[in-house]
Amino acid sequence: MEIFVEDNVLINAKNISLHIDHRQILNNISLQIAEQQIVTLIGPNGAGKTSLVKIVLGLTRPSSGEVNLKKGLRIGYMPQRLHIDPSMPVTVDRFLKLAVNANKNEIQRVLEEVGATGLINNQLYSLSGGELQRVLLARALIQEPQLLVLDEPAQGVDVNGQAELYRLIADIRSRHKCGILLVSHDLHLVMSATDEVICLNQHVCCHGHPEQVSNDPAYLELFGKKDAETLAVYTHHHNHSHELGGEVINSEGKGISD
Amino acid sequence: MADFILRALLAGLMVAIIAGPLGCFVVWRRMSYFGDTLAHSALFGIALGLLLDINLELAVIMACMLLAVVLVMLENRRGLSTDTILGILAHSSLALGLVIISFTDNQVNLMAYLFGDLLTVSDSNLLWIGATVVIVLGVLFKNWNRLLTITLHEELAQVEGLNVLQLRLLLMMLIALIVAVSMKVVGVLLITSLLIIPPACARAFTKTPETMSAFASMVGCIAVCGGLAASWFWDTPTGPSIVVATSVLFMISRLAGIGEKS
Repeated sequence: MEIFVEDNVLINAKNISLHIDHRQILNNISLQIAEQQIVTLIGPNGAGKTSLVKIVLGLTRPSSGEVNLKKGLRIGYMPQRLHIDPSMPVTVDRFLKLAVNANKNEIQRVLEEVGATGLINNQLYSLSGGELQRVLLARALIQEPQLLVLDEPAQGVDVNGQAELYRLIADIRSRHKCGILLVSHDLHLVMSATDEVICLNQHVCCHGHPEQVSNDPAYLELFGKKDAETLAVYTHHHNHSHELGGEVINSEGKGISD
Repeated sequence: MADFILRALLAGLMVAIIAGPLGCFVVWRRMSYFGDTLAHSALFGIALGLLLDINLELAVIMACMLLAVVLVMLENRRGLSTDTILGILAHSSLALGLVIISFTDNQVNLMAYLFGDLLTVSDSNLLWIGATVVIVLGVLFKNWNRLLTITLHEELAQVEGLNVLQLRLLLMMLIALIVAVSMKVVGVLLITSLLIIPPACARAFTKTPETMSAFASMVGCIAVCGGLAASWFWDTPTGPSIVVATSVLFMISRLAGIGEKS
């Protein structure tokens, strides 16, 4: 399982299929993530994004196909959400200390990095959606991961917060030199920070650079013309400047696909 | 004071101390129905012990452990919810226990098993309880952080390299052990209350898992003393008195909690 061809490949999943109760969840999917590469999985609900992530993480066994990891690969995982029962009192500090080998300095460092030092003594269950996501991201960073796996990191975060979060993720990549596997359905927001997009709907509909995918017929069909246009507007913006990502649907640029 | 009261007190306190932290896990992981199911299967253990003429404590521990393993295995299957599986196991084992007991020649005092019989704790009972409590405390202490981690997020724990299935099984075993020895204190039908009410009292006043556990143990100890005292002075049944004491403490903690917030 762990032998590898290319040195800079972190993870190489080949011909992954998954059936649950005779239902096809994933069909013959291959995926490769190299060092410092951000790969984004997009697709509608039920497309199998989370299933694929679980297979990559080794949480689910695929029905067929294989996953090869770089030897000794350190993975930082940020789950989609944390259901914390309010009956459990845990501070952010304690939560981070529970991660493998976390000491005080490391906790301070990761909290600074995600901009959440002020939360250190707060109770986990009292955090807002955005705060909790930052804390989860901090925990994923503690072990200096070579690969970060982020499952819908912006869930429950408002639009401005989302743009900020994705900027943070792009920063983290350049600072830590780690590869990132990102799951999202907020297409327009993730585009700017992505090297490779894989458009998933049980099988790989299309993949490639963000610009390329956004013009791909398979992609347009999957997300419908309207969403695709929204995306196109955004990539257009992105080509010109790096402004805040909030105002996506803008009458001025409607329908222009560069 | 009579010897039997001292033995009862000692047994009750030991069980209360260990029920604190384990009860917290039951509350955090919403496993109170699981505790109930284990308790019901304890009666099945008693029945088997009587039928096969083996040590009853051992029989109960084995029955609870067996149920814990069956449950962990069933949980990983699809189709029926855990809730339903627990209901099936709980009542089947209780009913089976009662049926088997009717076949044995012994004149069994069912009430003692259903509601506890703390005042008749023998030296050998004490030894069983003491040994179990020491083992459970030791294992719990050693695996504390790992158990907290899987309670917070199982998949995250697994990615970070913990063996989640094994730890979950371990936790269930510990709860099974403690259910087995608490039977003498409050009986099959009331064991869960001893696990969940003290942590519920502790919740409002604590900010870390550790203080919550310690506080819960303390509440349990106070309740044991109170229940025994009631039983001594007013001749009330001991097990139920202890549970009533935890309920009273819970209501006090709620009132105090409201006072603290305003």
